[in-house]
Amino acid sequence: MTAIAGKPISLLLLLFIFTTPLQQAFASETSDDNSLENAWETLTGKSYKKKAEAIEVIALQNPPEALPAMMAMLESKLYYSKIGKVFYLLKETGDNYEFTPLFDAETVIQENKQGFKKVKINNRLRSLIRQLLAVIQLKHNDADIRLAAVQELLKKPEVESARLVETAIEREDDHRVITAMQTLLAVIQLENGDEAAQLSAIDTLSHSLNSSAMNVLTEYKAPTRELHNKAQSAIKKITDKRDLYAKAETIFFGLSLGSVLALSAIGLAITFGVMGVINMAHGELMMIGAYTTYVIQLLIPNNIGVSILVAIPAAFIVSGLVGIAIERGVIRHLYGRPLETLLATFGVSLILQQTVRSIFSPLNRSVETPEWMSGAWQINEVLSLTWNRLYIILFCLAVFVALIMVMKKTSLGLQVRAVSQNRTMARAMGVRSQWVDALTFGLGSGIAGLAGVALSLLTNVGPNLGQAYIIDSFMVVVFGGVGNLWGTLVAGMSLGIINKLMEPWAGAVLAKILVLVFIILFIQKRPKGLFPQRGRAAED
Amino acid sequence: MLIILLVVSIAVPILNLLVPENSAFHLSTYTVTLLGKYLTYALLAVAADLVWGYLGILTLGHAAFFALGGYAMGMYLMRQIGERGVYGDPSLPDFMVFLNWQELPWFWQGFDQFWFAALMVILVPGILAYVFGYLAFRSRVTGVYLSIITQAMTYALMLAFFRNEMGFGGNNGLTDFKDILGFDLRADSTRIALFLTSAAALAIGYVLSRIIVSSRLGLASIAIRDAESRSRFIGYRVENIKLWVFVFSAALAGIAGALYVPQVGIINPGEFSPLNSIELVIWVAIGGRGTLYGAVIGALLVNYSKTYFTAALPEVWLFALGALFILVTLYLPKGIVGLRSMRDAKT
Repeated sequence: MTAIAGKPISLLLLLFIFTTPLQQAFASETSDDNSLENAWETLTGKSYKKKAEAIEVIALQNPPEALPAMMAMLESKLYYSKIGKVFYLLKETGDNYEFTPLFDAETVIQENKQGFKKVKINNRLRSLIRQLLAVIQLKHNDADIRLAAVQELLKKPEVESARLVETAIEREDDHRVITAMQTLLAVIQLENGDEAAQLSAIDTLSHSLNSSAMNVLTEYKAPTRELHNKAQSAIKKITDKRDLYAKAETIFFGLSLGSVLALSAIGLAITFGVMGVINMAHGELMMIGAYTTYVIQLLIPNNIGVSILVAIPAAFIVSGLVGIAIERGVIRHLYGRPLETLLATFGVSLILQQTVRSIFSPLNRSVETPEWMSGAWQINEVLSLTWNRLYIILFCLAVFVALIMVMKKTSLGLQVRAVSQNRTMARAMGVRSQWVDALTFGLGSGIAGLAGVALSLLTNVGPNLGQAYIIDSFMVVVFGGVGNLWGTLVAGMSLGIINKLMEPWAGAVLAKILVLVFIILFIQKRPKGLFPQRGRAAED
Repeated sequence: MLIILLVVSIAVPILNLLVPENSAFHLSTYTVTLLGKYLTYALLAVAADLVWGYLGILTLGHAAFFALGGYAMGMYLMRQIGERGVYGDPSLPDFMVFLNWQELPWFWQGFDQFWFAALMVILVPGILAYVFGYLAFRSRVTGVYLSIITQAMTYALMLAFFRNEMGFGGNNGLTDFKDILGFDLRADSTRIALFLTSAAALAIGYVLSRIIVSSRLGLASIAIRDAESRSRFIGYRVENIKLWVFVFSAALAGIAGALYVPQVGIINPGEFSPLNSIELVIWVAIGGRGTLYGAVIGALLVNYSKTYFTAALPEVWLFALGALFILVTLYLPKGIVGLRSMRDAKT
């Protein structure tokens, strides 16, 4: 603990701040010597001791100027004019110095600091100001500022702050701030309280995830064996909890990576799995979806959020139509020759890539993320989930559910399944198999387009976007078992999680290599994937 | 086929060395090297046709064997640089000095000897193919699944070789070669020699493959291609036949890669890219699979047009290549050499 000048006075003041009637009494009593005006004037003086008193008075009265003035003083940005002693806040703008007045006056901009003098402070004053700032901020209306103030105090817990917080906690209604305050109180009790207080402090701290609480516990020298054991188990409890949340975060990252994988693979699961077509142009259909998002954003430049929502159906339609065109133009001649569809669609993918390169230039484009997708959902001090990853997971699940519904509940889904199981019989029953083929391929391609929308928000949009994902998508489909949509989802998610679990100790590239090797070996063990298709339809 | 190759092999050195430079028939050294590169591609295509055309394995990872052979040769060439590197370290290649490595890793030992490197050119792809094939064929992974795991293999290798920690020069690969077996790589005579070696390798590889496909082993592999289960039931050891043809093909690809590197002067992880393997399959498809000479024709034709188009009309090349893929698979399932038999069938 640092001993600060005028500590008794500051302590008194701190108490008064929360005891309003006394405060007023105090203020009126001393209005003659220590009135606000005098206090401001004292700041321009030389005596640090007098300045300390003045600062306390200002903080105590807390006029609207107090907060900016004290912040500026901490950063050595509070100046006053030599003539008239008017306070200004300094802002350096390039070559110029901009002096903004604290009270009513004209802003002065000049090339040097001539005519102005800095309000000098020393270290004692600095720590006093910090503490007083915390006091002011603890009364602030914004809960975030109050929370930040408590966390600031937690970094250097002192007995005075305990009294301060004890009063503040009673009128606090935000539970985050309350938890932080309790942690702070416990930390102080642990250092200064008697054994019973220490015991309950350890108990409180063991529920906290705060890293400074953890530090305090580690450095804590217990007077008795019982307390020592208690502290050790509390440390273990905190570490376990933090590990648990760290694991949860890894799994969350894994799920979001898995969603991207699954999303890009679901479309392929339909064209490859259900129809038996190896569509090497799948990645390019995703690329088209991403470019559609980009174009829509150019068309609706002022409303990013709306443009993304518009892009979802638009990308589905554009990619779907391109897919139908590919099916009608090329693939329909190649049914039953899966390896040759690979070559032909690879040709298509080259043409699509070059087309995009000619239209949009080979440079990468970027799609702006809407506001509601940036930032993170702070669950507690350790765990925070970024919104964009969360939305990707939800989007993936939504697409998946919609697709399952289409396949299971609609007549189109029924016909698709019929054709994929037995084409001849389906045709004999009156299913227009060619029409079904085109629509199925369009559906798969449209979903690739949806994946493209998601990808455009995560990475840059460029002509090579699709190539980066095509191999991964094939791995996911093969791993999950061809022709099985659930398998694709499970495979995508588990590959994502495996990848993220390995990343901390293997690094991103090696993790990916290991996943590939794992899939190669897995296919040896189960040549038809995780969930193989059974029955006669599965035979070649 | 062999006769054409022989004629070319005689004509090219004469046109390059004996015909005066201002003559219309003079071949520049650049062209000779380009032709040599095409010949190594043709050898690679023969290797791929052997497994695709005769075994029915559509491999999407053959470029991996090519690149491994190339890296083995590149390591030899790297060691030959010796003290002439930028850092002048007698035993460590430049990139290792740059990465602050103190000594040569174990897997670089022996590559200063040509015979050892030459052995590795065959052994490394061969062993990888053996292990991979042993696992895959024994578990009866076939068709699309096999194609995709071969692609996974080459993709994994590409990612691995991109890593600096692997000790193969990372992103930049191996380059800046000076000489091979004591001959300066930039000399015209060395270029001609490399060209002739490539031609000889192609000829020998072609003849060996031809011998294999017309032997009992070849007939059995065609049987496997057309009806795998039936061949197995008749009593053929399908796994073994597949495995040995696959390993032989990988070794051929490795040799092709080893000849490719000194002519091009660089080997980097990009050679592992799955795209290369797919392009290779296209050469075979365009030439005509299951004929061996079709593969050679396809490789030469596609690569020649690639060189021409990327220089003359760079935007058009991908369109042309893409259209070629589509048209050949739709209308020429037997490739260009299939055109002749189609005409024969009509008359």
